[in-house]
Amino acid sequence: MIKKEMIAMLLAGGQGSRLGVLTKSVAKPAVAFGGKYSIIDFPLSNCINSGVDTVGVLTQYQPLRLNSHIGIGMPWDLDRNYGGVAVLPPHETSAGSDWYSGTANAIYQNLEYMEAYNPDYVLILSGDHIYKMDYEVMLDYHKASNADLTIATMPVPWEEASRFGLVITDETGRIKEFEEKPAEPHSNLASMGIYIFNWKILKEALIKLKDEPNCDFGKHVIPYIREHEGRIFAYEFNEYWKDVGTLGSYWQANMELVDIIPEFNLYEEYWKIYTKCENIKPQYLGPDSEVSRSIISEGCEIYGKVENSVIGAGVVIKEGAVVKDSIIMADTEIGEGTVVEKAIIAEKSVIGKNCVLGAFEYAESKLDKKVYQFDLVTIAEKTVIPDNVTIGKNTAIKGVTCAEDYPDGLLESGGYIMKEVEA
Amino acid sequence: MRAVGVILAGGNSKRMKELSNKRAIAAMPVAGGFRSIDFTLSNMSNSHIQTVAVLTQYNSRSLNLHLNSSKWWDFGRKQGGLYVFNPTITAESSDWYKGTADALYQNLSFLKHSHEPYVVIASGDGIYKLDYNKVLEYHIEKKADITVVCKKMEDEEDVTRFGCLKINDEGRITDFEEKPIKSDSNTISCGIYVIRRRHLIELIEKCIEDDRYDFVQDILVRYKNLKRIYAYKMDGYWSNIASVDSYYKTNMDFLKPDVRHYFAEDPQIYTKIEDLPPAKYNPGSSVKNSLVASGCILNGTVENSLLFKDVYVGNNCVIKNSIVLNNVYIGDNTVLENCIVESRDVIRANSTYIGTPESIKIVVEKNDRYAV
Repeated sequence: MIKKEMIAMLLAGGQGSRLGVLTKSVAKPAVAFGGKYSIIDFPLSNCINSGVDTVGVLTQYQPLRLNSHIGIGMPWDLDRNYGGVAVLPPHETSAGSDWYSGTANAIYQNLEYMEAYNPDYVLILSGDHIYKMDYEVMLDYHKASNADLTIATMPVPWEEASRFGLVITDETGRIKEFEEKPAEPHSNLASMGIYIFNWKILKEALIKLKDEPNCDFGKHVIPYIREHEGRIFAYEFNEYWKDVGTLGSYWQANMELVDIIPEFNLYEEYWKIYTKCENIKPQYLGPDSEVSRSIISEGCEIYGKVENSVIGAGVVIKEGAVVKDSIIMADTEIGEGTVVEKAIIAEKSVIGKNCVLGAFEYAESKLDKKVYQFDLVTIAEKTVIPDNVTIGKNTAIKGVTCAEDYPDGLLESGGYIMKEVEA
Repeated sequence: MRAVGVILAGGNSKRMKELSNKRAIAAMPVAGGFRSIDFTLSNMSNSHIQTVAVLTQYNSRSLNLHLNSSKWWDFGRKQGGLYVFNPTITAESSDWYKGTADALYQNLSFLKHSHEPYVVIASGDGIYKLDYNKVLEYHIEKKADITVVCKKMEDEEDVTRFGCLKINDEGRITDFEEKPIKSDSNTISCGIYVIRRRHLIELIEKCIEDDRYDFVQDILVRYKNLKRIYAYKMDGYWSNIASVDSYYKTNMDFLKPDVRHYFAEDPQIYTKIEDLPPAKYNPGSSVKNSLVASGCILNGTVENSLLFKDVYVGNNCVIKNSIVLNNVYIGDNTVLENCIVESRDVIRANSTYIGTPESIKIVVEKNDRYAV
């Protein structure tokens, strides 16, 4: 049997409910990012670029788009004779059938998959971060430290440290203590949710903890290894890393890509980010188009004005339309004369003519004031918006809407419309 | 489809000037993101032809690089596949392909070992969409020996670099002149043929026995009265890129919405995926009526032009009516008008290159990229 030194297990089953209507029908890792990419493309590309060619992707919540995106892994060169990518949904066994009840439980339910590759190390990743990281360097550190578990960490500003799970290390990098969102932090090294385990130790812990309800890495597996005097080390990562868990951070991270020299640079020749590319045609900019400070993906047709925006593949922006500070995902159409400001519009939506999106003053969301608090117009995939309507800030719209849904042609700030999406 | 595909992609044309110095014509970049051969390969894939042989010779390396994997056109199959045949030295022969018929002859074993009853032969320099099944249906209906796909050109078009046909009411070709000095017919052969596989083998063997090596001259023209050679008229867009003028014009055609949308709709044209990031428009960029491929970074003015993949346009540049091929760096304040810029060029800042619509300038500038 061929042996794989390190295999990766990518947790991609979460909903990401703080992304509101964007994750109503797709799992967070499948949400578009940076125009042509999906969030999961970043860890998958990191894997292949780091020489990790065996990746199990654990899915649970709304996996349809993830499944078709990943397929046999061809876009990431993960279509292998031995290894490659495998999508691992929860499954029934003779002992019964369980959903993945926690991060570690999900890994436990796939012990057999990992066993088949007889690995020395297992890399645990989550499918909702934007970064470029060489896992091989982290593995070298893990080996050099003679560690049982290495946790990737990054320094965060001290004033924000109390929002993170922090680690306190000694001078060798060995972790002495964990602090989960402490009021008074004693460290600014935040855990990134990326782990390298020695396979034997991970396996032992997972089996011992198998009856733990909602078995979780942070709450159960890591404490178990600490109790058993395991060597846990912190690997410090000092490059770009973003959690795009909220609409605000998701919007912000996208907007940073249009900077003249972005902090997260997609244009470097090495460390390419791969994705499934359905649209490969060049984009067309019409005779009256005005585009600046934006990134635009394949197959778009731009006749209007685009400023400070991230545009996905196959988007049509018609004559006289203005798109500003917005994220427009693949195959969406913006009608003539429509003005879009600070909006996130998901795939395959159709916005009518002469609409205004992002009008009026801020108002608290009537739908969910935690999720929708960033002044954004958030529109779910396959939404239809009729001509001549004005939509305020902090709004959410899903489904096929018609003029009757907008009394006086308005949706005030903080409002929402939830309707059925046409298949 | 009950046919194998053969793509003749080995020839050169002097009409391509510097553009074919380092690449095969079938590997010419077209329409911002494709290569010429992608159109024929995609047509074959979309017509459900499973087995395709590409015969290469002139500057074949460029084409081989593009065909490094068959998966882009969906030919990576157990049943069928994509084969690239360069001339090889064998026990019997150490010749180059002496002509199109000879190229087929030197790969006759491929045809003999195939099982499909028909062969679709096409060139690698045509830009078009065609369902070869329709040609085959026509071929069977007419009980033809050979069917030639043809196109009626506009009256003002110069057709003397093509094969010119005369067709009777029934569709049979009555006259076939290859590259005539003056032609009184503006119906031309598109270089796409359907023929029964066994019949092709016979004709090719006979042809080589007589020391004849060209498929058009020595088979189509020579047999036109003896064999039932029929013309299938193509309606849609068709263009051949094998001269600088037609290459320029064909690319510029993609700025027209009807041509662009015709090729954008299903069935799609496929090409090798290069995983480049979205095009980036920085402050100062102004792009009008242009096609821009992925990976480009723009800081200047671009009008009525095509930028292929991975082009960098510096500050205050003005690019008009031009085609910039892949992976070009254009330094600040550069002016380009009516130019074709060769791929992998590095154009120094403050350069000016001006061609005219009648005489397109080909720019080949190999400077050091990181010292500009």
